[in-house]
Amino acid sequence: MLSAKNITYKIGNKILLDDVSINFEAGKLNIIIGPNGAGKSTLVKVICNQIKPQIGSVSYNNKNIQEFSIAELACIRSVLSQNIELAFPLKVIEVVMMGRYPHYTGKPGQKDEKACEEAMRFFDVWDMADRDYMTLSGGEKQRVHFARVISQIWYPVPNSCRYLILDEPLTFLDVRYQFDFMHKVMELLQSKDMVVIGVVHDLNLAAKFADNISLLHMGKLLAGGTKNEVLTKENIKTAYRLEPVIVEQKEKNSMYLFFD
Amino acid sequence: MEQRKHYKGTTFFLLLLLIVTALCSMYFGGVDLTIDEIVAAIQKRFTSPEDMSLNERIFIEIRLPRALLCLLVGASLAVGGVLMQALFRNPIVEPGLVGVSSGAAFGAAVYFVVGAMYNYQGGEWSLPLAACAGGILASAIVFTISRSKETGKSSIVSLLLTGIAVNALFLSGVGYLSFIAHNPQLRDITFWCLGNLSGANWNRIIILGITTIACIAIALRYSKHLNALMIGEEEAQFLGVNIKRLKLIILAINVILVAVATAFVGIISFVGLIVPHLLRFINGSDNRFLILNGALLGAILLSAADIVARLLLRPAELPIGVVTSLIGVPVFIILLRTKNHYF
Repeated sequence: MLSAKNITYKIGNKILLDDVSINFEAGKLNIIIGPNGAGKSTLVKVICNQIKPQIGSVSYNNKNIQEFSIAELACIRSVLSQNIELAFPLKVIEVVMMGRYPHYTGKPGQKDEKACEEAMRFFDVWDMADRDYMTLSGGEKQRVHFARVISQIWYPVPNSCRYLILDEPLTFLDVRYQFDFMHKVMELLQSKDMVVIGVVHDLNLAAKFADNISLLHMGKLLAGGTKNEVLTKENIKTAYRLEPVIVEQKEKNSMYLFFD
Repeated sequence: MEQRKHYKGTTFFLLLLLIVTALCSMYFGGVDLTIDEIVAAIQKRFTSPEDMSLNERIFIEIRLPRALLCLLVGASLAVGGVLMQALFRNPIVEPGLVGVSSGAAFGAAVYFVVGAMYNYQGGEWSLPLAACAGGILASAIVFTISRSKETGKSSIVSLLLTGIAVNALFLSGVGYLSFIAHNPQLRDITFWCLGNLSGANWNRIIILGITTIACIAIALRYSKHLNALMIGEEEAQFLGVNIKRLKLIILAINVILVAVATAFVGIISFVGLIVPHLLRFINGSDNRFLILNGALLGAILLSAADIVARLLLRPAELPIGVVTSLIGVPVFIILLRTKNHYF
C-alpha cells in the first residue's frame, strides 16, 4: 500500500497541495483526476519523491519514503512520466532494457532478458525490438515506454508491493490503444501485490476502469472513493465549472459523462 | 544479443587499427627506422641500455614515448567527449565546454608571460602544473556559478551557458597575456594553443597512463547510468540513478582526463567532438560501447593526425591542433550532412 498523509506543498506563498491524504491500495486501480492546475502532477512528484512536501509524509509498504535509497525505490516502483524525449538514437530493445537497470550491474542476466521480452510481447512491441526508437510514431513510442516501466517491476518482490505510477499515460494513444492499455493494466492488477496509480484526464475512462478515484481541485482533495461517490454532478461542476449530463446503466454498473 | 556481438566486432577491428597506427607512428618520422632497429632497441633497453646506437636511442627516448603519449591523449580527449555529450544529453558538446581547456590555456599563458617577466626558470613540471591548475580553476568557477541558489543543484543548461561565459573570459585572459607578451613568449603561447606532442617523455607517459586508464575504468562503471540519462534526468532517477552523484563523478573524471592531457600537450580540438559522433554512426548510442571504443578510436585518430603532422612538412612539423581541425572540420560537416537522425 502507498499512502500519502496530510501532504502540504507550497512554493513561496502559493499553496499547490493543501492537506491531501490518500491511500492507494494494492490490487486496485487508483485514478487521480482533476482540472488543469489542480495539483495532480505535484502530487505525483511528491509520491515519487521528486519533491519534498513541507508538511506530511509518503510511505511505501508502511515505511517512510525518506528511508528508501534511490536505488532501492527503483527496484519496487516504476514511473511513467509525460513527454519523454531521447537524447540519442537507441534501438527499441535498448530502451526497454533500461527498465531492468536497477536489477543488474554490468551485463543484463537471463532473467532481465526474459522480463524484457515478456513485457514487450505483452505490449505488442516485440516485433519492433531492433528498430530505431526515433523512427517510431507517438503511440508506438508510448507502448515502448509501457514495456519499459512494466519490465522494471516484472517480477514480484519479496515482502513488498510493486508500485506503478502513470502520469497521463494515454495522451498519445488512439481510442483502441487507450482501451487496450487499460485492459492490460487490469490484467496486471490480477497479481494482488500491484499498486497502480494513474493520472487521467478522460473522466469516462476513469468511470469505466477505476476502483478508486481521487478528485483534486485547487490543491485539495475534493472527493475520493468509488465512481458513484466521486463523479457526482456537484463535484464535477465545482471542479471543472461545467455541468455534466450523467447517464447511468444500473444493470451494467456503468456511467457516462457528457458535457453540453 | 546480436547487438553485443556487433560491438565486439567493432572493438576488435579498432584494436587492430590501433596497433597498425601505433606501429606506423613509431616507424615514420624525421628519420625512418627499420623494424630491426626497433626490435634491437627494445631488447637493448632491458639488457644493455648503454650501447644503443643513435637510431635505437631515438626510438626509445623520442619515438616510442611520443607514440604512447599520442594514444593516451587521444583516448582521454575522446572519452571526455563521450562523457560530456552523455551528461549534457547533447551531441554538440565538447569536453572543453566546462572550462577545462580554456582554463588550461590561461594557466599556460600565465606561466609563459609571468615566468618570463620575473625570469623564472621552472623545472619541466611547471608548465603542466600551471595548465592543470588553470583548467581546474576554470571548471571550479563554472560549477560554483552554475549552482542554483535555491536548490544547490546545477542544471545542465546553466552549466552549459556558464561554461560558454567562463570560456570566453579565460580566452580573453589568454588574449590579454598575448598582447602584453614579448615575441618569444607570444610564440610559446601560440604553439601551446595549437597542441604540441614533442614534449613526450617517460614520466609524462606514466602519469597520463595512470590517470587515463583509471578514469576510463571508472567511466565504464557508470556507463549504464549515463545510458539511463538518455531518457531524461527525472526518468534516470526513477531507474535508480543518483543524478547528483553521477554529475559530480562524471564532471570530475572529465576535468581530470582533459586537464592532464591538455597540460602535457596543449589544446587539441575536435577529437572529443568527432569521435562519439563517428561511433554512434556505426553502432548506436550505448555508452559502454562509446567509452570503450571511443578510447580506441580517439587514440587512432590522434596518432594518425600526428603522423600527418610529422610527414607533411618533413623534417619540420605542423602543429597537431592544425591537423586535427583540418581533418576534423570536413569530417564533422560530412557527418552532419549525410544521415542525421538525431538533430
